[in-house]
Amino acid sequence: MIELKSVCKSFEGRTVLEDISTVFENGKTNLIIGQSGSGKTVLMKSIVGLLTPEQGEILYDGRNFLNMNKKEKIALRREMGMIFQSAALFDSMTVLENVMFPLDMFSTDTYRDRLKRARFCLDRVNLGEAQQKYPGEISGGMQKRVAIARAIALQPQYLFCDEPNSGLDPKTSLVIDELIHSITTEYNMTTIINTHDMNSVLGIGDSILFIYEGRQEWQGTKEEIFTSSNRRLNDFIFASDLLKKVKDMEMTTREG
Amino acid sequence: MFKALQQLGSYMILMGRTFGRPERWRMFFKQYAKELEQLGVNSIGIVLLISFFIGAVICIQIKLNIQSAWMPRFTTGFVTREIMLLEFSSSIMCLILAGKVGSNIASELGTMRVTQQIDALEIMGVNSANFLIMPKIAALVSFIPVLVSISIFAGILGAYATAWFGGIINAEDLTYGLQYSFTEWFVWCGIIKSFFFAFIIASVSSFFGYTVEGGSIAVGKASTDAVVCSSILILFSDLFLTQLLTK
Repeated sequence: MIELKSVCKSFEGRTVLEDISTVFENGKTNLIIGQSGSGKTVLMKSIVGLLTPEQGEILYDGRNFLNMNKKEKIALRREMGMIFQSAALFDSMTVLENVMFPLDMFSTDTYRDRLKRARFCLDRVNLGEAQQKYPGEISGGMQKRVAIARAIALQPQYLFCDEPNSGLDPKTSLVIDELIHSITTEYNMTTIINTHDMNSVLGIGDSILFIYEGRQEWQGTKEEIFTSSNRRLNDFIFASDLLKKVKDMEMTTREG
Repeated sequence: MFKALQQLGSYMILMGRTFGRPERWRMFFKQYAKELEQLGVNSIGIVLLISFFIGAVICIQIKLNIQSAWMPRFTTGFVTREIMLLEFSSSIMCLILAGKVGSNIASELGTMRVTQQIDALEIMGVNSANFLIMPKIAALVSFIPVLVSISIFAGILGAYATAWFGGIINAEDLTYGLQYSFTEWFVWCGIIKSFFFAFIIASVSSFFGYTVEGGSIAVGKASTDAVVCSSILILFSDLFLTQLLTK
């Protein structure tokens, strides 16, 4: 479980995050949604420690990340996995070497065990046959799956995904969403996903936090989105005619 | 001035993070071997080519423009050797390497920064500066004596080529000149200077690449800045080191 208490962040006097307090539970896919520039990425970077908030507390199962010393932070980071928007695979390494990397770096297992674990992770994301390829030789969707395999190699307790569906077609997006969701349940991880993909929101949003201009505007589940009266949330989620129709159909079904 | 001081401070902080005990020695040596090939072995070709032709050209220029009937016949060989040993194979060769290796390092690290590969390392709990920069510095510093030696050898071979194939100078006179009043210390001067230059090239280029902010334009600018800054620092340090070592 990750708990945020009054997290604030600003850049050169401009407030980007204002008093964010929430709880991300484990075993659930926790989504952070909001318009571009609303502060989602800054919030995620603050949670993982790539940025330091000016104020507030970030608690990883009760352990305050911001009060930790360097050694403790490094130890905690080994419990984290992250999938970046660009996949961020090491392009000088093959797919297998990418997945092996965290194991080579931190695991005390033998080479055979590390290789076995890496192959298991690649099989888990259905990429067993692409092991010897380089990131530049595989598609964007496959790169994201390799990133997932690399992120789960050390069996992390916390998984962070920064817009995992960006640049992917709807079908591949669904595969990625489903994969993240099933892995979260399987390993009972605390998963936080930054997204503005409405399919993800309505598909795997166990818990959704809506950020508006750096403030926490709304929080609930994917079911509650349909009944929410928050105007900003409705304007954001049901911006397209298609989604408006989806909402109407959902409401009709519920009333019926 | 303030910006320069700020950059110097950032450079020192980065070097502080770079020099530490590697997380896993096995991974360090793997990276070291990779960098040795990329930065060192892959530079042998250009070093050979440039040194050979410059050695030949120096020999021709000295023979045609400096040597006269009033000078001993070994002057050409003697001057060619002194130029190669004292300046070309260490300083000028490192200036050339600053262009090749420096831009390579800065653009590689810059691209890793903008594609979030460095962030990925940090999230994993890896000291990215130590993991990425230290093997580059270690590889270039440890391989530079080899490149300097190859450069000296190729330069002298180039001078001989003018004698064998061009007939510009007598090979015996050239050999006599090359051996005349030889001071072994001058070879060491070149190698000692090159250690400093290699450190400058690897560390300064890594700094510019590692601290890139933005996109492809920023990576290109970092690559140019790395080459310019390394070259200027090499020239300044050459002045001090030459005074220090040849006193």
